[in-house]
Amino acid sequence: MSARVTLAVAGRVLTQVRRDHRTLAMLLLLPCLLMTLLWWMFLDLPGDVFDGIGPGLLAIFPFTVMFLVTSVTTLRERGSGTLERLLSMPMGKLDFLLGYALAFGLLAAVQSALAVGVSVGLLGLEVNGPVWLLGVVAVVDAVLGTALGLLVSAFADTEFQAVQFMPAFVIPQLLLCGLFVAREFLPPVLQAISDVLPLSYAVDAMQELVGAADQASVWADVAVVLGFALAGLALGAATLRRRTA
Amino acid sequence: MAGSTIQRMMNNVIDIRELVVVRGGHEVLPGISLAVAAGVTGLLGPSGCGKSTLLRAVVGVQRVRSGGVEVLGLPAGDRRLRDRVGYVTQAASVYDDLTVAENLHFFARVLGVDRAEVDEAIAAVDLADRRDHVVGNLSGGQRSRASLAVALLGDPDVLVLDEPTVGLDPVLRRDLWRLFHRLADSGKAVLVSSHVMDEADRCDRLLLMREGRIIADGTPAEIRGGAPDIEAAFLQIVEGAA
Repeated sequence: MSARVTLAVAGRVLTQVRRDHRTLAMLLLLPCLLMTLLWWMFLDLPGDVFDGIGPGLLAIFPFTVMFLVTSVTTLRERGSGTLERLLSMPMGKLDFLLGYALAFGLLAAVQSALAVGVSVGLLGLEVNGPVWLLGVVAVVDAVLGTALGLLVSAFADTEFQAVQFMPAFVIPQLLLCGLFVAREFLPPVLQAISDVLPLSYAVDAMQELVGAADQASVWADVAVVLGFALAGLALGAATLRRRTA
Repeated sequence: MAGSTIQRMMNNVIDIRELVVVRGGHEVLPGISLAVAAGVTGLLGPSGCGKSTLLRAVVGVQRVRSGGVEVLGLPAGDRRLRDRVGYVTQAASVYDDLTVAENLHFFARVLGVDRAEVDEAIAAVDLADRRDHVVGNLSGGQRSRASLAVALLGDPDVLVLDEPTVGLDPVLRRDLWRLFHRLADSGKAVLVSSHVMDEADRCDRLLLMREGRIIADGTPAEIRGGAPDIEAAFLQIVEGAA
């Protein structure tokens, strides 16, 4: 492992994103716009539904977006021959993966800062815990999305397939994470499944911050999500083969 | 005789023994043996004959069924070879959304190579005037030259180039072959593949390849023999064997 190579990969990924203005704009603005849409939907309803759902969505955006972006870009690296060239150079597999995780983690930090800023500052989302901790959860979520995106890209031969991994890997987590039905009210089997899905812990962390704001419980959830992310990166490293057929 | 064989073995930069590669149930390389010394060696053959697979095996990115490939006395793909072998894949393996200079700077950082080398490599492939252009907007030939520039970084001892001159303007092609010879003159081994037979005369040594086998190995003059050109020699060898 080498910090020089990791930083080189991260710097290169950020330069690529910076050059692609439309992607950059969408990465940064879409979560804000969608949070606003959500707030608007519940505007005329009694109660504070926005406060109940908003935090979960703040957890889902970075995860989903980074999952998609990473799986497609990694697939492109595999297809264009740049990955083969890099793997024939003195580059550790983890350098490559951590470089991606670092770049998308940074983007997620900016993305979340904007989304949290809009939600708390303009839309009146009530947060009882420290607001910066929302950002930490979002960044860890993004790293999780990056890790899983890298992992699944190994199993996709085309960009069509890579995009289909989104309904396969992301939507079930979205359905079972507690956003639609609180996790304790799910049928026991689904509750058990929900307990082993990383997004559940990410959403738990966000909801805890907005609700009881027990920081120890938030950090425990963050640790679980981070554990999943690291396991994803390790498995992803195993799918990067220097020698291919 | 034995002495000269040993002498030849000592000077070999690339040594391939009984290499078998199977892809998709098909024996792409059914047991190939050859040696490559310093100088410019051309690997010529029609597309689909296994040139790229052979080059990938030399770089150590090809999964092989059996046999051995040694480069500079080390097994191909060995960690210690990773900054001594420069490799250009058939597709230009550079990032389309970065400029030429950004691509070179990135790979230079991965290799741990001084930034000054970036400008040398760009100049060597004659892209100085396109330095700050995004690679995706360049022509195919310019993109493959950007890819070639990356392979020059770090002054590798061995250059493995998969069809680096395809589709280039004749002047540029000549300049690139001159570059290959300059590199070879400084003691490097340059292994260049091509499916264009008229590039044969630009090589110090030729390997003609067909259907996964080396059908001729020698200097261009030796292989040509009495035939008017390499293409004719190729036909004579193939039809003579049939």
